[in-house]
Amino acid sequence: MSLPATPNDYTAYPDSAGRFGEFGGRYVAETLMPLVLELDRAYAEAKADPAFQAELKGYLTHYVGRPSPLYFAERLTRHFGGAKIYFKREELNHTGAHKINNCMGQILLARRMGKTRIIAETGAGQHGVASATVCARFDLPCVVYMGATDVARQKPNVFRMNLLGAEVRPVTSGAATLKDAMNEAMRDWVTNVADTYYLIGTAAGPHPYPAMVRDFQAVIGAETREQILELEGRLPDAVVACVGGGSNAIGMFHPFLNDEGVRIYGVEASGHGLDTDKHAASLTGGRPGVLHGNRTYLLQDDDGQILDAHSISAGLDYPGIGPEHSWLHDVGRAQYLTCTDKEALEAFQLCAELEGIIPALESAHALAKLGEVARDVGKDGVIALCLSGRGDKDIFTVADALGRQI
Amino acid sequence: MTKDRIDRRFAALAAEDRAAFVAYIMAGDPDAATALEIMRGLPAAGADIIELGFPFSDPMAEGPTIQRASQRALAGKMTTKGVLATVRAFREGDEDTPVILMGYLNPLVNYGFEAFARDAAEAGADGLIVVDCPPEEADPLVDALDAANLSLIRLATPTTDDARLPVVVKRTSGFVYYVSVAGVTGVLEADADAVAPAVARVRAASGLPVAVGFGIKTPDRAAAVARVADAAVVGSALIDELESNLSSNKNVTSAVLSKAEELANAVRFARSNKA
Repeated sequence: MSLPATPNDYTAYPDSAGRFGEFGGRYVAETLMPLVLELDRAYAEAKADPAFQAELKGYLTHYVGRPSPLYFAERLTRHFGGAKIYFKREELNHTGAHKINNCMGQILLARRMGKTRIIAETGAGQHGVASATVCARFDLPCVVYMGATDVARQKPNVFRMNLLGAEVRPVTSGAATLKDAMNEAMRDWVTNVADTYYLIGTAAGPHPYPAMVRDFQAVIGAETREQILELEGRLPDAVVACVGGGSNAIGMFHPFLNDEGVRIYGVEASGHGLDTDKHAASLTGGRPGVLHGNRTYLLQDDDGQILDAHSISAGLDYPGIGPEHSWLHDVGRAQYLTCTDKEALEAFQLCAELEGIIPALESAHALAKLGEVARDVGKDGVIALCLSGRGDKDIFTVADALGRQI
Repeated sequence: MTKDRIDRRFAALAAEDRAAFVAYIMAGDPDAATALEIMRGLPAAGADIIELGFPFSDPMAEGPTIQRASQRALAGKMTTKGVLATVRAFREGDEDTPVILMGYLNPLVNYGFEAFARDAAEAGADGLIVVDCPPEEADPLVDALDAANLSLIRLATPTTDDARLPVVVKRTSGFVYYVSVAGVTGVLEADADAVAPAVARVRAASGLPVAVGFGIKTPDRAAAVARVADAAVVGSALIDELESNLSSNKNVTSAVLSKAEELANAVRFARSNKA
């Protein structure tokens, strides 16, 4: 079944082939194709099974700590001159980021499918830590592929994963960051087809991953919707989130897609600047292509070779983006802004100083655009920003960038 | 011409009751001129069909050997146009050996399927293997290849069950490539006993010759596969040979070609010298 390119109902996507307009799909090696199809069936069954949903809700409540608060950021509101700014506090989740929402959903699915070994890729290490956490909780062996560059800049998370019993395998190919970790995880999966479940950390990859990860993360937007209605008696004028692969963003956005009055802002990492070759803004600076199982916007050269991304934030350092974002960008439902390393660093410090919250460098990209969004919605506006993670893991990177010794 | 060249080659081999030796090398590895020199020497070394890899930055189904080959080719600025130039130069001296291009989808998306199919056919290629383009996503590419009379060679794997096999072999021609191990190229070894029934299954479902690859490293293994399949594909073992001679001052071309000859002889005489 194929759906119209310009939607009446944004939440009806993807179609049965995993397409959001021209984006998405299932571009994997034949060896993996039966596994991807099996996953699609298993997830559809689980999604429709009230027992599965009840089990997931139980763990989200008692293990993850949901619902996360929606917090009125009063001093930042004043700083930016009017529009009320709310933070969806995903950084208060167990393990310190939104990643655990997805990991909890997928680990329950993996168990249901009878898989006995878990693999994952990680950039900043947040998804690796969340994967290692749920694997410890459910007694499953866990191998995390992580670019060697990221291993070096995210040492605290590597140690955390080790404490949780996961094996971290540094990947040295390419620029040794998230893209290369994902290649290596795919190579593991294609070699261990019988017992292994690939726990992808973002809303990208072959169908059903983009839709499934979105569904597990949509708890962010669904709670935000309820909470803001309770606090303000109305929907927000804008929702904002940072976008690397885009899982926190799509989780925040999805429950608002059909609300015409809600403006949607994603923030991509523009690293040293869009006019340099050191950025990670796939939508703003890339073109559609095929990588890691899906058709989506990619950073690539004139010959279709994938370029290395750059961002000060390891979690945004990826040359692609989830296919639903590519589609929302093309149909104009969401607007994608960009934020440089420097702007993110400033917002990181501003949030710490004014709100007493040290944000993840990823989330700091969204924070950096609050001024712009506040101007767009005006003084009487209401903004909900997804504070996707906490910044403890980033203190070494930030100290280094500021030229300070720890 | 194109598809016909593959069919003619397999018909001739069947008449001789021997399997094809398929040699895989990477265009531009270690540089464009040396790769072309190796390619030109392969038919005389006994290669019945040549698979010419085109490099991609993120070759997700390749083991370390072909990953490095890809990186060397890209470091030497090999492009998709450069790969087609290699085919064209090869064709000037060889009208008969089928050439199959093998790689990943994004460089072709970037090139445009119609333009690529037209240029590849014009250069003298006969078929295409695209690792990350399963049948469910292949129609636009197959339409373009059909218009240029090029074969899309499909991959069947140990995870392709009877229910899926008809999907895999739909809209394919030339031959079917059976990936004999679940894994990446050049790491695990194929088990010839397990390969035989799989080959028979794929042959029955497709009505086409079946080539086996992904786990053949030695002449013995190549011979064992050649007894049960219509073709044995060797890639990583040739590139390992190339790589180990790069660091020394030996002649890379003659080293790769003598390795190819050793493997080709094992395949050529496999059915007459029963092990």
